[in-house]
Amino acid sequence: MLLIPCPWCGPREDDEFTFGGEADIPRPADPAALTDEQWADYLFMRDNRRGHHREQWCHTAGCRRWFIVERDTVTNEILGASIYGDSP
Amino acid sequence: MSQPFRLTQGGRIERDAPLQFTFDGRPIHAFRGDTVASALLANGVTLVGRSFKYHRPRGMVSAGAEDPNAFVQLGHGPRTLPNRLATVTAAASGLEVRHVNAWPSLDFDLMSAFGLAAPFIPAGFYYKTLMWPRRLWPLYEHFLRHAAGLGHAPNAPDPDRYDQVHAHCDVLVVGAGAAGLAAARAAEQSGARVIVADEQAEFGGGLLSTTERVDGLPAPQWADAATSELSSAPEVTALPNTTAFGLYESNLVLLAERLHTDQPDNAGSESGARVWRVLPKQIVLATGAHERPLLFANNDRPGVMLAGAISTYLNRYAVAPGSRAVLFTNNDAAYLTALDLADAGVPVAAIADVRSDPEGDLPAQARTRGIPIHAGAVVVQAHGRGRVAAAELCALDGAPLGTVECDLLGVSGGFAPALHLHAQAGAPMTWNPQIAAFAPRPSHDIHPAGAVTGQLDLASALRQGTSAGAAAAAAAGCSNGHTPAAPRAAETHTSDLEPYWLPPGDLARAKPQFVDLHEDVTLDDLRLSLREGFQSIEHVKRYTTLGMGPDQGKLANPLATGVIAQLLGRDPASVGTPRHRPAYSPVSLGAIAGRHIGPLADPVRVTPMQEWHQSAGARFENVGQWRRAWYYPHPGESMHEAVARECLAVRHRVGILDYSTLGKIEVTGPDAGEFLDRVYTNAWKRLRPGRCRYGLMLGEDGMIFDDGVTARLDAQRYLMFTSTSNAAPVLAWLEQWLQTEWTDLRVYLTSVSEHWSNIALAGPRSRDVLAAAGTDIPLAQKDFPFMTFREGHVAGVPARAFRISFSGELSYEINVPADRALHVWEALFDAGRPFGITPYGTETMHVLRAEKGFIIVGQETDGSVTPDDVGLGRLLSRRKDFLGKRSLSRPDSVRPDRKQLVGLLTDDPARVLPEGGHVVDTPGRRRPLPMRGHVTSSYFSPVLGRSIALAMVAGGRAALGERLYVATLHDDRWLPARSCHPVFYDPEGARQHV
Ligand SMILES: [Zn+2]
Repeated sequence: MLLIPCPWCGPREDDEFTFGGEADIPRPADPAALTDEQWADYLFMRDNRRGHHREQWCHTAGCRRWFIVERDTVTNEILGASIYGDSP
Repeated sequence: MSQPFRLTQGGRIERDAPLQFTFDGRPIHAFRGDTVASALLANGVTLVGRSFKYHRPRGMVSAGAEDPNAFVQLGHGPRTLPNRLATVTAAASGLEVRHVNAWPSLDFDLMSAFGLAAPFIPAGFYYKTLMWPRRLWPLYEHFLRHAAGLGHAPNAPDPDRYDQVHAHCDVLVVGAGAAGLAAARAAEQSGARVIVADEQAEFGGGLLSTTERVDGLPAPQWADAATSELSSAPEVTALPNTTAFGLYESNLVLLAERLHTDQPDNAGSESGARVWRVLPKQIVLATGAHERPLLFANNDRPGVMLAGAISTYLNRYAVAPGSRAVLFTNNDAAYLTALDLADAGVPVAAIADVRSDPEGDLPAQARTRGIPIHAGAVVVQAHGRGRVAAAELCALDGAPLGTVECDLLGVSGGFAPALHLHAQAGAPMTWNPQIAAFAPRPSHDIHPAGAVTGQLDLASALRQGTSAGAAAAAAAGCSNGHTPAAPRAAETHTSDLEPYWLPPGDLARAKPQFVDLHEDVTLDDLRLSLREGFQSIEHVKRYTTLGMGPDQGKLANPLATGVIAQLLGRDPASVGTPRHRPAYSPVSLGAIAGRHIGPLADPVRVTPMQEWHQSAGARFENVGQWRRAWYYPHPGESMHEAVARECLAVRHRVGILDYSTLGKIEVTGPDAGEFLDRVYTNAWKRLRPGRCRYGLMLGEDGMIFDDGVTARLDAQRYLMFTSTSNAAPVLAWLEQWLQTEWTDLRVYLTSVSEHWSNIALAGPRSRDVLAAAGTDIPLAQKDFPFMTFREGHVAGVPARAFRISFSGELSYEINVPADRALHVWEALFDAGRPFGITPYGTETMHVLRAEKGFIIVGQETDGSVTPDDVGLGRLLSRRKDFLGKRSLSRPDSVRPDRKQLVGLLTDDPARVLPEGGHVVDTPGRRRPLPMRGHVTSSYFSPVLGRSIALAMVAGGRAALGERLYVATLHDDRWLPARSCHPVFYDPEGARQHV
C-alpha cells in the first residue's frame, strides 16, 4: 500500500488514486512538424527509471485533481508531491 | 479426569473451570487456559497428524505459531476452519477438532504405503516423474489430490460476517511479551496513542512460561499487572488473539483478530474474525524468536520437541509432554528446560551439548542437580516408530556414546529472530554470528526490541522494550518529558552458542533427517537441489518446496540457511533467507474480504425507473456496474420473439427506452469550444447554441476512444454525452489534459450523469406521444429539427429534449432531473398507449443501431480502430490539430489492408452469424488459415426479415460484395456470406429527418 500525499486532501491510501505514468512529457506544440520517429518517441517511449521518479497521479476518488508524485521506484518511498504549475 | 500427563499443581490453567472437546470424536478433558495442543498432551495424545508427503506420524513440536505439524481442522459445515494450529487455538467447550492429511484414519494410514513403496520421494519428483507420459496425468492428479490434503474447505458459504477496522496510532507494538509490554508501557507513558497486539489469548508471551521474576514479582504476575495497566489506559488499544500478519509499504500493518474464541466454531456469533488495517507512525517489533530445530535421523518423531516448548507446557499449562527426557542443545537455553523438567519431577536422562565446555549459570545449576551432561556430544538418531523411545548419542568425532531411553527429546539449536514482518516490507537484516541467525536492522520507523534483536535474556528484553517504546513515541512526536524506567530482572551469565548444522561425518548421511517438517523436505533433498545446480536459496525453495507450507517455514528456513551454507562451504550471511511474504500465519479469506462480498463486492447502479422495469417484467443485463433493462418479454414469449416485437414497434409505431445510463459531462467556460476542438476530431467552436453534433474522441495513438453527441447549451456551456461504460474514463481523460497540459484553458468539467435521467422516444409516432404527454416545446420539424435541442417542460417537469437518434427513426431523448424521471416516464407511457407505445431494452437498441450501421465503441472498436477504419473519416478536421491526429498519418494507420467496417449478409437469411466469428476468404483445413477479419455485431433484423452482421474485414471497403466465409464453433461449419455497405436500413437517413 502506498500512502499518497494529495496536495489538496492530505495522505490517502493508494486505492483512491489513478496512476498516470511518467510526468514531464509535454505534448509537442506542433505534432504535424514531427517525424514519425519523433512522434513515436513522444507517444510510446518512457524511461522506466530505477530510483527517483516523477509521475502523475489523480485523486480519482477524492478531489479529482492531477498532481505530481516523486517516488523511489526501488523502495516505493514517496519523496514528495507537487501541484502542476509549482516549480519542482 | 483422564489427564495422565497433567501436573498436580502450577500453571495458568483454571483448574476449577474444566471443559471438554473432541479430537477425531474422542473426548479430551481440559481446563480453561489450555490450548488444544496442551490439552491433547495432557490427555496423552502425542500423534496429531501425518506428514504432507510421506504420511509419517507427527506430534506437536512447539507451543506457538511456528509449529509445522499441529495443523488441525476445527468444527464442521459452513463454519469449519482448516489449517488452524492446535498450539495457538484456545481449548473451548464443545470444540470439534480433527486431524488433517491422514487417510482413512490417523492411526491406520493407507497413504503411508506410498512411503513404504518408495521410502523417500526426492525433491523435484513432481517435476520430473509425474509429467510424462502425459496421458497418465489424470491418474497422478487423483492420487496427489489425496496426498496433498491440507484440511478441507467449508461445504457452504460462510454464514459469518467479517468486519474490517481502519485504525491509526502513534506507536504499534507487535508482540506483548516482555519487550512488547515494556515498550507499550513506555510509549503510553510518553503520551503516545498505542495499539499493542499479540497472537496469543493472553498477553505475556514468554513471561507466562518462565520461573524468572520481574520487579520482584513472578514473571506471569508482572505480566498480568502490566496488561491490566495497559488495558485501562485510555490511549491504549490492547488486542489479544490478534496476529500481525502483514507489513506493507507506508508501514501499513494488517492484523487478524480472532473473536469469540471461547465459543466452539464461533457458533452463534456474528463475526468470527476482523482485520485491522493499521497505519502507525512508528512500529515496535517485539515478535520474539523461534527456537531452531536440529538435524538427526528421525528428527520428526512425535516426542521430539523444542526445548522452550517443553518449558512452556510445564510451566504455563502444567503438562508434562513426556515421562523421561533427553535434551540436545548447542546453547544454554535447554538447561533451563532441564531444570524445569527436574522441578516437575520428569527425569532428565541426559543432556547432549555440542559445546565441549558449557559453562555459564544454567549448566552449572544443572550439574548441581545431578543431571548427566555429555559435553561435545550430539544426538544422531531417534529410535521408536510412533513415538520417540530412545536417543542415540555420539561424540563429535563420531564415536558412539550409547543409546538413552526417553519418550521426550528436547532440542535447541539456538534462536532465530522472528523478523518476518520486518522482512516482508523489504527492510534490511544482518547476519548476527552471536546467534547464527539473521536479525532485523532498525530503521527510522521500525524499532526491534527483545529476542527479535538476538538478545535472548529477560533483563535485556525489558530494557530494550522500554527504550524502543520511548524512542518510538518520541519519533512519533510524543514527548511529555517523562522518562519511563525499565522493569528489572536478574542478570544471568550465559555462555555462547556453538553453531551446529550437520551431524559429523557419515552420520550426516543417515536417513531421514527433516529440515522442513511440514513440507517433508529432508537433508537429502537439499543436497540434491544443490547438486543439480539450484543453489540460490530462492531456487532451493522452489525446487524442494522448502518453507512453502502454511507454517511459512518458520522453523525450517533459519535451519536451512545454515545447512546450505555448510554444504556449499559458504558463509551463511551470503546464503540468505527466502523472501518473507504475508501472511505470517493463515488468515481466513472471509476476514480478508470483510464486508466486500455479495452485493457489496461491487456497487450495482440502477436508474430511477428500475422498479417500473421490474414490474413490467423486464429481464436485465449488466453493463459495467449498471443493471439495464435488456428486453421485456410478454408471458410465453422467447427473447427472440420479444426483441422482434420491440424492434417492429419502434420501426412502425413508437418505443420508449430508459437511456439514463449514458455518461453526461457539462463542459463550461470561455474556452470550452477550444477545448472540444482539441479533444474531438471535428470542429465545435462554430456550433450554434441549441444545436447538437456527433463527435469522435481519439487516443493520442489515433485509435477511437469514445463517441457520442454533444450539444451546445449556450455560448460557454456544452453538454457532452459519453458511452455508458466510458463515462468515468472519459472524464478522467479530459481532466488530465486540462489539469496537466492545457492549464491555460478556462474550462470546467462537471459530471451530471446522475443528475439527469434520459428517456428516449423513438419511432414515427414519437412526436405524437411527446405532444400528448404535454410540452411547451414547439415540436414541428421547422421549429425543432434533427440534431437540435430545446429546453422547456415535459409532463410539467423542466426538461431538455434532444432530437438525436440511435435508431434512425424520428426520436427524442428527453433529459429530466432524476428525481422527477419516473413521473415523466409514466406520463409518456400513458400518453403513448393510444399509439401503441412499447418499452424496449438494450437488445432492441442494439439491433436497431446495427440495422443503421452505427458503431458501438468497444464492440466494433477494440482500441486498434481508427475513424477511417469504421468509415468515419469525414469527421476528421483538416483545419485544426486534435488529439491523435498525428498518429493517423503513421504508415500503419494508412495501410490499405487495415480491417474496415463492412456489413455481412449470409446466404441463408435465417442464419445468424456468431459474434466474434473469424472471417476468411476460403474455408479449408490449412493451418494457419489466413484470416480476413472478425464479426463484431450480429442480429436477426425483424424489419428486414433476415440476419445482418457488422464485421471488421481487412481491405473490406474496397471489395464490397465479395464472397466471404465465417467460422462457427459449435458445428465446425463455414457459413457463406457476402459483404455489403454497413448501413442495412434507410441508407438515406430519411426516417430521422421527418
Ligand atoms: Zn485529493
